[in-house]
Amino acid sequence: MPARRRARGRLPLGLSVAALIAAAIAVLPLVYLAIRAGQLNAARVMDVLSRVRSFEQLGRSVLLAAVVTMGSLVLGVGSAWVVARTDVPLRRLWAVLAALPLAVPTYVAAYAWVAAIPNIAGFGGAALVLTVCCYPYVYLPVVATLRGVDPAWEEASRSAGVGPVGTFRRVTLRQIRPAAAAGSLLVALYVISDFGSVSILRYETLTVGIYRSFTNNPFDRTAPVVLSGLLVVVTAIIVIAEARSRGRGRYSRLGGGAARPAAVVPLGGRRTPVLAGMTALSALALGVPAASLAFWLVIGRSGEMDVPEIFTAAATSAGLAAGGAVVTTVLALPVGLLAARHAGWFPRLMERAAYVGHAVPGVVVGLSLVFFAVNYAFGLYQSVPLVLFAYAVLFLPLAVAGVHASAAQSPPALEEVARSLGSPPRQVLRRVTLPLAAPGIAAAAVLVFITCIKELTATLMLQPTGTSTLATELWTQTSVRAYAAAAPYAALLVLLSAVPAYLLGRRSHRWGVRHE
Amino acid sequence: MSELVVQALRKSFGPTEVLAGIDLTVPSGSLAAVLGPSGCGKTTLLRIVAGFERPDDGAVELAGRTVASRSVDLPPEKRRIGIVPQEGALFPHLSVDRNVGYGLRRGADRGRVAEVLELVGLAGYGDRMPHELSGGQQQRVAVARALAPRPSLILLDEPFSSLDTGLRAEVRADVRAALSADGATAVLVTHDQEEALSTADLVAVMRAGRMVQAASPRGLYLAPADLGVANFVGDTVLLDGTLSGRCAVTALGALAVRAPMPAGSAVRVVVRPEQLVLTADGDGVSARVRDQVFFGHDALVHLELSDGAVVTARSLDAAWAQPGLDVRLAVRGEVTCFSSQ
Repeated sequence: MPARRRARGRLPLGLSVAALIAAAIAVLPLVYLAIRAGQLNAARVMDVLSRVRSFEQLGRSVLLAAVVTMGSLVLGVGSAWVVARTDVPLRRLWAVLAALPLAVPTYVAAYAWVAAIPNIAGFGGAALVLTVCCYPYVYLPVVATLRGVDPAWEEASRSAGVGPVGTFRRVTLRQIRPAAAAGSLLVALYVISDFGSVSILRYETLTVGIYRSFTNNPFDRTAPVVLSGLLVVVTAIIVIAEARSRGRGRYSRLGGGAARPAAVVPLGGRRTPVLAGMTALSALALGVPAASLAFWLVIGRSGEMDVPEIFTAAATSAGLAAGGAVVTTVLALPVGLLAARHAGWFPRLMERAAYVGHAVPGVVVGLSLVFFAVNYAFGLYQSVPLVLFAYAVLFLPLAVAGVHASAAQSPPALEEVARSLGSPPRQVLRRVTLPLAAPGIAAAAVLVFITCIKELTATLMLQPTGTSTLATELWTQTSVRAYAAAAPYAALLVLLSAVPAYLLGRRSHRWGVRHE
Repeated sequence: MSELVVQALRKSFGPTEVLAGIDLTVPSGSLAAVLGPSGCGKTTLLRIVAGFERPDDGAVELAGRTVASRSVDLPPEKRRIGIVPQEGALFPHLSVDRNVGYGLRRGADRGRVAEVLELVGLAGYGDRMPHELSGGQQQRVAVARALAPRPSLILLDEPFSSLDTGLRAEVRADVRAALSADGATAVLVTHDQEEALSTADLVAVMRAGRMVQAASPRGLYLAPADLGVANFVGDTVLLDGTLSGRCAVTALGALAVRAPMPAGSAVRVVVRPEQLVLTADGDGVSARVRDQVFFGHDALVHLELSDGAVVTARSLDAAWAQPGLDVRLAVRGEVTCFSSQ
């Protein structure tokens, strides 16, 4: 019999109400921004839109996203093919190194580069730093696909008389295309939303423009809202494209465990250039930032390091991140459980709403919440709850994905058995579903915690006056070119970010975008 | 324990009618098997009885109380019906003791856990975790867990299909013994006719959402309601014949018919392969051995009759029946006929 699970019943009321609250929180910043935009004076909107500067910022964002995406596509597919299919020496080492740039927050990499070569600031630097930081988004799904592809397809093509190059073009490339497309769109989304690294590398994209117009003239409410609207439209286009590319199916996972690994392509004479290329890539993505960071750490030690201040910032980061992880996970629970266990439009809509944060840049969330607090809840302005609110909006997708996946793993048959043994639904949740999902939910909470620690943009806009986190302190020190003073914060951030990169690598790219 | 009565049960999923009016009565304390090919609706029937699906029409009554109908929908936890799912579905985070004790009220008689574990032959396994048990042991624990709260009815959904052949017979026999030792009323859903015939007191055959026949295992095998049932519950030899008195005249001679039918009508005659008796020069018609398939405990011999028809005989000792040999073929016992129309 085909399993017709999830069929029974009305939605549990308590869970539905809780999910509705979480979804409302997730969409509030965007909705409020839209309301504000609707109230704007049309003449002033046209004024902002007709400024050359607005178009320059938009153009820079799009150009940077295009260049970084193309670069990531080439580097990601190339290194995935080298790692998965060739006899390059030290293959295992390259497999690890190619995924490792995800462990470095891009604004930390940007800091390290600009601290090493101050001249690098500008378009070239931003494109270089973001490309070597972001290509793992393409590399990871593509390498997983290449490893999963049944070699029989390629063998069939070869025995049908098609040469190795033709086979690569006509069979292999076609199979990795969905994975590469999805990865590229993640890169584009990331670059468009990024604020930290472009601001450190002094390349004025739309996000930087929004932040500037907000800080330079707090009384002008038109420019930041209009620019945010532009940014949201661009990200929405990318998100829709991404959803479509994923909807077309076969997203990197092809059957459980291919029987045989594919044949290895001998590189022969091309071995040396390939090896040199892989080395150069790792040097750019990891070597330069590491060397620069080490250099400035040593300089910083020889000067005086403000240990109490570093400790305070670390404690603030940890406190805010812990709060963010708890709030986000608690909000994600009803949404994820409902989506994992019940069919129908309501759970699906709640889950979609919770995913809005995936598409809205941190700078937009920050801006919207500032205006919201100033207008309706001044007591919340620059308060810890507002920061946690922003974290919940931004990272709810991460937590919902974790809760949904871990709840979906426990078979519905277990819950049915529990029902038949006399447990009403609420008791089943407490005695069976939650204990089984607990490890996955805890992992999601840890992931949210670490992602909160790395969050820069919204924290910068919302943090209480006089406090700072590791990320905002790094940003502040870097913007006044105090590279040695910034080094310990950068080092701590890298240390704390290594964990989710490890998790991401192990879960082979299930949880998408990182936010900083 | 108590009687289960299913009346005129109907259920559709979208345009597909899965149950087209099912009636079934399982007497208190007996084990009924619902037998049918996959997709016949037997799992849906089980899920409706358990309370995981709602029927579109009809009623389910347990111990004289209606638990499901158009107006009544008692939630599963109030029905007192234990289930044993296909793969056991033990709670992976609980020990064997706590799995078995799940349905018992806190502070209830903990002796019951030991009692049912003993019943399924797993005394002393209480501290193990499910993953430390073999597949057969897991199924036994699942049965013990369903038995523990003394439900009115136990439903078993193909509980032995994941076990390998040797183990299956053993676990099946032990579960059967445990159920009857506890006096449980039980319904076993299966597509395996051997399992149904060897385990149940009552076998109900389902086909395409309908109940075709419900009878004792012996009654079902010897007097199937139609050709489909005859084929489904065992191997058959099919012959054309004409009725004359209490006999059907066929290529194998005049065969005694179990149930009388109008004389002169053309019929299809069902003979079981083990009814065919093979001798070198005994009674019956002549036939030529074509080939045989050896199974160890017996062998199937394919024989060609004088009119060219090929029939299959089950024989315990057929080593002598070499291909090409001319032999005699007789039919033992009564046969079943169906009208040819």
